[in-house]
Amino acid sequence: MDALVDDLRAALTPDRVLVSPLALELYARDASIIRGRAEVVCFPLTTEEVQACVRVARRHGRPFVPRGSGTGLAGGAVPVGDPVVIVTTKMTRIVEVNADERYAWVEPGVLNLDLTHHVAHLGLHYAPDPSSQQSCTIGGNVATNSGGPHCLAYGVTSAHVLAIEVVLADGSVALLGGLDAEPAGYDLRGAFVGSEGTMGIATRIAVRLTPVPPAVRTLLLDFGTVADGAATVTAIIAAGIVPAALEMMDAAITRAVEEFVHAGFPADAACVLLVELDGLPAGVEADAEAVAAVGRAHGARTVRVAADETERALLWKGRKSAFGAIARIAPNYYLHDAVVPRTKLVEVLATVYAIAAEHDLVMMNVFHAGDGNLHPLIVFDKREPGVLERVEAAGAAIMKACVAAGGVLSGEHGIGLEKRDYMPLIFSADDLDAQARLRDAFDPDGMANPTKVLPSGSRCGDLQHVPEGAWI
Amino acid sequence: MDLNAFAGEVGGAGAGPVTVVGGRTEWHVGGAPHPGTRQVVAPSGVVEHEPAELTVRVRAGTQIEELDAALARHGQCTVMPIRPGATVGGLLAVGHSSVKRLGHGPVRDTLLEARFVNANGRLVKAGGPVVKNVSGFDLCRVLVGSLGTLGFLAEVVLRCRPRPARSVWLAAEDADPLIVLRALYRPASILWDGRTTWVCLEGAPGDVVDQQRALSGIGAWRAVDGPPEPPPAWTRSSTRPSALVNLTGPFIAEIGVGVVHAPVVPPPAPVDESRLVVQQRLKTAFDPTGRLNPGRAVS
Repeated sequence: MDALVDDLRAALTPDRVLVSPLALELYARDASIIRGRAEVVCFPLTTEEVQACVRVARRHGRPFVPRGSGTGLAGGAVPVGDPVVIVTTKMTRIVEVNADERYAWVEPGVLNLDLTHHVAHLGLHYAPDPSSQQSCTIGGNVATNSGGPHCLAYGVTSAHVLAIEVVLADGSVALLGGLDAEPAGYDLRGAFVGSEGTMGIATRIAVRLTPVPPAVRTLLLDFGTVADGAATVTAIIAAGIVPAALEMMDAAITRAVEEFVHAGFPADAACVLLVELDGLPAGVEADAEAVAAVGRAHGARTVRVAADETERALLWKGRKSAFGAIARIAPNYYLHDAVVPRTKLVEVLATVYAIAAEHDLVMMNVFHAGDGNLHPLIVFDKREPGVLERVEAAGAAIMKACVAAGGVLSGEHGIGLEKRDYMPLIFSADDLDAQARLRDAFDPDGMANPTKVLPSGSRCGDLQHVPEGAWI
Repeated sequence: MDLNAFAGEVGGAGAGPVTVVGGRTEWHVGGAPHPGTRQVVAPSGVVEHEPAELTVRVRAGTQIEELDAALARHGQCTVMPIRPGATVGGLLAVGHSSVKRLGHGPVRDTLLEARFVNANGRLVKAGGPVVKNVSGFDLCRVLVGSLGTLGFLAEVVLRCRPRPARSVWLAAEDADPLIVLRALYRPASILWDGRTTWVCLEGAPGDVVDQQRALSGIGAWRAVDGPPEPPPAWTRSSTRPSALVNLTGPFIAEIGVGVVHAPVVPPPAPVDESRLVVQQRLKTAFDPTGRLNPGRAVS
């Protein structure tokens, strides 16, 4: 252990290799409720220093865990198996902005929203906007293939990443993707995005910048029942309208948010829809009218159109501070993430509420309704005996209900440790074997963030070693 | 033919080298498979289109025109190029985007779920049927453009999009394509051959009129039926969008994208050795005996 720390300190500088109890406590977890154990935490500044960290870890037979701000919710950055934790939050340079070709090269520690602020004067923005965009890093976004409200029309992170410079698990550097339209070879860029640190560490990322739309309309619709709101979502899509964002908040979260931000959300609504349309003015106008009409036809009690940018910002502040607002209700929360077909929203939501009631838990829903991306949020006080078991049991039941409806395990948070053992719910042994082969092509020795994403026994060769209960 | 029958036809290692044939519209890409390689054809047919989901499940051997017609009945489409005779599986395996990539995005982002037959003759699923999904590694992205060297597509779920209310093609002889690019908000397509600039405007009728107005000071525009067709003998290559202004000789370039159609094959780009190592390990992991499309190479 001392030799490992000495070697890392020699490779970086002593002050950027931490072993203090406080540092190890901080880096033992991410934003999930899963806790691991960190032994040593490094803060490289350059690609060469990341290579050095990976090589030192390898020389000492240690795996490594890449990490950004640690806002991940699936335990992907939780250290398991005595790894070297490699934190990229000090790699914060925006290396190049090219307004003509609409891309930027950034280091992985650049914060998502900082990039948008940095290019705003060019009439451009970085489209993926996870709710944590003020604190999450673009490197972390690449690792988890992050989404966000505006991914409904603009696509998730993968659609906005052109090229990635990656330090592989053997310490070599590879350039995946490229700035040209059709880079040569397999789309390894696409494989790397969303690989949760299991294929290497991104040290430079070329992201696409998107023109700021000339017209934006933001509408708030409120409903007397959740079913009416969910039916409106389906009807909007069926009408051939793809809003920039289409978010739902249920009664409990709407009240919590209103007490927090005072945006004028109707406190007696069963649910509200926040709908944003953007693009050229005539299309936006026509779609806004169509959305309002669809909403009214499905029982919308009021349709409020944001009059100006201030009101629009206020409505979005309500949506994006939902997780801050719930801190006033209970000290802990467990945020789920699953996707169901949009046409199944009504029935799945009913099931999800029933599951919470069955487990005697307080649940709220605030989510990306337009793409069927549910975020059931269970609030609790972990000091209450037995509550964690109930939270986990409800979580498993929610997962199974979403899969039974034709859905998938995660829309934007990833699998990490949290959902790893649920993977066989949606993938066969052959499916998991293919994913394992993809991962192993990047990292044959399994040194990059091992034990994440794929359940043990995913490789057909070691099927006989499946632990009891791993296959659900 | 169902998916299992297709998997049976592909067979396992004992069944020897095999290639999958679509519409042969881009058969030359990556080189032809070794002569005498046994040929199989993927199953065809539109399985399920749910308009309110904006997704469609379709067998890989379906002709793209058939899929497009089925989607058009509900006012939808995909971003795939509509090439007569081409199949959905073939277009995905080649991975070339349509001339509207500038506005619609690349083909690679359209594949949500793939069921493919692996080198052992087993059906494997990648991705999922919903529009947003980070459950596991993103094998779908790797399959697009892999030329059937990792597995043969059998059935896919694709993302759909609403057909635009209005779509017009315009052309002008005297318009600077880069000024056109800057003057418009997310045009569907801008093409340029060094002299003529073609533009495709799409959207609500009022917006198309407004965008046409925005173009009026930049050139003398006339309505045309559609984009120019590069001669069949020309090759397709890719460069950075900024490099297009330096092109010489005959060409058709996709402005803002970087795809170039020209009679001359450009020199190959330098190869990243570390990437190539991963790529070769991937091919070996998926097809240890090299039986899938032998002779065809993803550069």
